[in-house]
Amino acid sequence: MTESVVTKEAPEGEATRRDFIHIAAGAAAVGAGVMVAWPLINSMNPAADTLALATIEFDTSKVQEGMQIVITWQGKPVFLRNRSAAEMQRVVADNNAPGLKDPQTDAERTKPGHEAMLVVLASCTHLGCIPTFGTGDYGGWFCPCHGSHYDASGRIRKGPAPRNLDVPAYEFTAGSTIRIG
Amino acid sequence: MSGHESTYVPKSGIEKWLDTRLPIVRFGADYMSLPTPKNLNYWYTFGAILSICLVTQIATGIFLAMHYQPNTEMAFASVERIMRDVNGGWLIRYVHMNGASMFFVAVYIHMLRGLYYGSYKAPREMIWILGCIIFFLMIATAFLGYVLPWGQMSYWGAEVITNLVGAIPLIGEPVLIWLRGGPAIDNATLNRFYSLHYLLPFVIFGVVVLHLWALHTSGQNNPVGILIPKEREKKDMVPFHPYYTVKDGFALIIFLMMFAVFVFFMPNALGHPDNYIPANPLVTPAHIVPEWYMLPFYAILRAIPDKFGGVVAMFAAIGILFVLPWLDTSKVRSMRYRPTMKIFYMIFVVNGLILGWCGAQLPDAQVVPGMPSFALVDGQLNSYLWLTRLSTLYYFAFFAVILPFVGLKETPLKIPLSISEPVLKGPDAMSGAVPVQAEKKG
Repeated sequence: MTESVVTKEAPEGEATRRDFIHIAAGAAAVGAGVMVAWPLINSMNPAADTLALATIEFDTSKVQEGMQIVITWQGKPVFLRNRSAAEMQRVVADNNAPGLKDPQTDAERTKPGHEAMLVVLASCTHLGCIPTFGTGDYGGWFCPCHGSHYDASGRIRKGPAPRNLDVPAYEFTAGSTIRIG
Repeated sequence: MSGHESTYVPKSGIEKWLDTRLPIVRFGADYMSLPTPKNLNYWYTFGAILSICLVTQIATGIFLAMHYQPNTEMAFASVERIMRDVNGGWLIRYVHMNGASMFFVAVYIHMLRGLYYGSYKAPREMIWILGCIIFFLMIATAFLGYVLPWGQMSYWGAEVITNLVGAIPLIGEPVLIWLRGGPAIDNATLNRFYSLHYLLPFVIFGVVVLHLWALHTSGQNNPVGILIPKEREKKDMVPFHPYYTVKDGFALIIFLMMFAVFVFFMPNALGHPDNYIPANPLVTPAHIVPEWYMLPFYAILRAIPDKFGGVVAMFAAIGILFVLPWLDTSKVRSMRYRPTMKIFYMIFVVNGLILGWCGAQLPDAQVVPGMPSFALVDGQLNSYLWLTRLSTLYYFAFFAVILPFVGLKETPLKIPLSISEPVLKGPDAMSGAVPVQAEKKG
């Protein structure tokens, strides 16, 4: 029996130096694995040039009353709708309508002084299709993909969508010009 | 990989030299001489057909990749260029495009065959689970591939399917942005989808190797569903070659003929015309449908009125397949000897077709036009919404309730002791082996 051979067994259930080195080596390997994987995973996040497209400006005076235009922001379509008096009347009357899935008043979805101008992301909050205006049951949008109905305030009234159409972060910078993002 | 004794004898000097260093010829020879139950019917040929499908997809895909441009500006035009200008490009693309559909035709038959003959039961659970993994990878690969031509259906399919991830509470939104590589589906998304679409078939190939390894370890199931004892191997088994190489080959030719009919006479019959319109992020097509092979799962997604619930149900519809071996409580493998279960199985097949049909319809449309109906909770009873829900209910009930319950309650028919018995004595004179005995392992 040579001295370099370890023959002395540790008592049952007690941690040995070998257990320690196994756990330490295992933990180091897992840590190294995570460190190698992270840059690869993170490379799939939006790149700097993609993020640089985060804000746009638009002059809303081009949108006449009762008219709707679509602009793109971060590659996503955005509805700008200058609502008519009749539409305004209806959405304000519906502020406390029973059965609102995501209750919000119309004022909470617009900017003071620009109540008629509704700015919403044009993607259905269900699975992202673009709703069309004028075909729904509530005087607003209807999503052709899975049948969600929105009113003219972009509030979800019926169908599978979980939320109102999202209002992006935006502000009126000078007069009628808005900056989204 | 093969679980039987090797009968290969190297003949030439080169073969002997190679056999002691890399026994690859032995491996192939053992594969070919594998003892296989002698009663396999044509439903069992789809394994070989599927392997050819995979090879076809990989081979045509490699050549398409030589001409395709994974860039939002050029993708659509490059696919059209393949169709019009590249030599034989139309053929390669139509084979690849219809090949995907053929692949799914074959895989659904293959899976239903496994379900009918109890091929997932002990000791074959791993074959089934690996098969489920392959099926899941196939769905993912097919979806990624469908996005590449960058037509309207490509774009909006990608939009809808990636949005499923966004339905996950809390982490959904950041994961969605990470998956797309930006706030919307764009070039970054197309690039990574292309990369993964090229990768996954090779992953599938790897899992297929494991699938076959497991198959050759636990042995082929057969229509009678009994395990063949070692001493009966000589009588009940035949070598894989030439018996099943020929049978598989014949079935393959018939299958390829059907494939060719699609490729040459109706190449776009299974596709959607909207995918020949270039992707437009500002216009959603009026009626979005996935490819036909995903329709049953798409129907399940839409059946649930809650967004996240729908996503969970859709994934559960695939996930439940993984635990199938433990949901079926019957000791008898083959449904040939399970008269009650056989009826539920038939309903399951029809139900699957109904789900697929529902997936292609507008939820609010009437199933029977003009039939009087009444409102039930959130829709008319006579609407695809409710038909889909009832079908979804049966789909899950089949696995979670019917299989466990019927397995315990039904009285199976007498099962034969050997493969020859039903042939020699007639189907009604089985010796009635106790299932448990036939179940004995090894």
